[in-house]
Amino acid sequence: MKQSILLEGAKFQITIKRLCQQLIENHGDFSNAVLIGIQPRGTYLAQRIQKEIQEMTGHTVQLGIMDITFYRDDFRMKGTSPLAANSTEIDFLVDDKEVILVDDVLWTGRTIRSAMDAIQAFGRPGKMELMVLVDRRFSRHLPIEPDYIGIQVDSIDSQRVIVSWEEVDQVDSIVLVTETK
Amino acid sequence: MSTTTEQLSTRHLLGIKDLNEHDIQLILDTAANFKEVLNRPIKKVPSLRDITIANVFFENSTRTRLSFELAEKRLSADIVNFAASSSSVSKGETLIDTVNNILAMKVDMIVMRHPYAGAGVFLSRHIDAQIVNAGDGAHEHPTQALLDSFSIRERYGDVAGRKVAIIGDILHSRVALSNILCLQKQGAEVMVCGPTTLIPKYITSLGVKVEHDLMKALNWCDVANMLRIQLERQDIAYFPSLREYSMLYGLNKEILDSLDKEITIMHPGPINRGVEITSDVADSKHSIILNQVENGVAVRMAVLYLLAGQRG
Repeated sequence: MKQSILLEGAKFQITIKRLCQQLIENHGDFSNAVLIGIQPRGTYLAQRIQKEIQEMTGHTVQLGIMDITFYRDDFRMKGTSPLAANSTEIDFLVDDKEVILVDDVLWTGRTIRSAMDAIQAFGRPGKMELMVLVDRRFSRHLPIEPDYIGIQVDSIDSQRVIVSWEEVDQVDSIVLVTETK
Repeated sequence: MSTTTEQLSTRHLLGIKDLNEHDIQLILDTAANFKEVLNRPIKKVPSLRDITIANVFFENSTRTRLSFELAEKRLSADIVNFAASSSSVSKGETLIDTVNNILAMKVDMIVMRHPYAGAGVFLSRHIDAQIVNAGDGAHEHPTQALLDSFSIRERYGDVAGRKVAIIGDILHSRVALSNILCLQKQGAEVMVCGPTTLIPKYITSLGVKVEHDLMKALNWCDVANMLRIQLERQDIAYFPSLREYSMLYGLNKEILDSLDKEITIMHPGPINRGVEITSDVADSKHSIILNQVENGVAVRMAVLYLLAGQRG
């Protein structure tokens, strides 16, 4: 197994800060914008973004976390078992809001499709945007592209991209893992 | 947080007897997620949109049938309802023939209530579809026990270590057996209480306490699950009169107030007000009877979702 580090340390923090700056540029005081972190691992990025924006501007962006398990299009297709669900906590309606979906890695786009489906249960957003920390280019199964990108990675299907967070993994990093025989 | 694939150890839900502790926790955890779904403006998810479920009821039911039907609809399943009273069963068709005819119309799952114990097990041996037991005779009623545990967990945080008294007609109750098994598998203590004639002779072999004095049972427990007297199943007289039963085993406000601690009152329904429980108790803040009904939909969604996930 070969591991190459794509991002860590100070550069990781700069990337997070840049994503925040881009959000501030587009959403100003965030009076009409909400962050939705996608379970399980998009929630860490969403929480980090919320915290950084708070420090940079003093504004608290509304934050929800959403689980998309029940909306997956591959339920029962793997011939194994359903994925255990995680919690969803969205204490507000998203009607006419600018919803920013937040996930760690964008790969096939299927999770985001499910998320766009799932968010409808909380209202009709005025606008939906997508932020990802890692965009695995040229691997989409669906016509979905992110509005805010941390880094872009060219990878093949057998490789894995793993994002670690200090809150849970003791280190901030993005690693590309290649299985070797 | 988890992205692991977890599944039930069983293909059907025939009884709590077949579930292990992990299965029960998985169902209750998943039910908590579905309860959140049920509080959204749009209370529906698309998980089971390619599944067809037949609700086959050979016995009357209000809560269970409606609850299953709502759970199925909120999972986007297609459903057909079948009530024995208005069907060809009255023309002499056998159970297997009836169900096979329903399956011939491409049905994936069967939710069945039947007056005979073991009807679900019997069916599972002869047909291909997945079966959910919605009550079989005086045997088991697994989804009721699961929703009771879910409601206890919601009230107390955990089922383990709780003391639960099941009071009333234990002999004819499928709710009692399923609850005893379900609660014990989660580490709760269980007591049954009722007149000697309505307590099965060998019930102590299940490891439950037996009590014939209502006050002693209430003083012992955290949760009292009041059961209805099932007159329709009683072929002989098990006690002199309903009035006498009510005086000895009926729960009223005076009794509840005389206890030196607060207990939680549950009832699987239907309630016979004034017999096993008075109106002021059933409608009091101690009662979580309507929470049980609300939780029933979420728990049944979890069961159907997890079983459907096993279909390759």
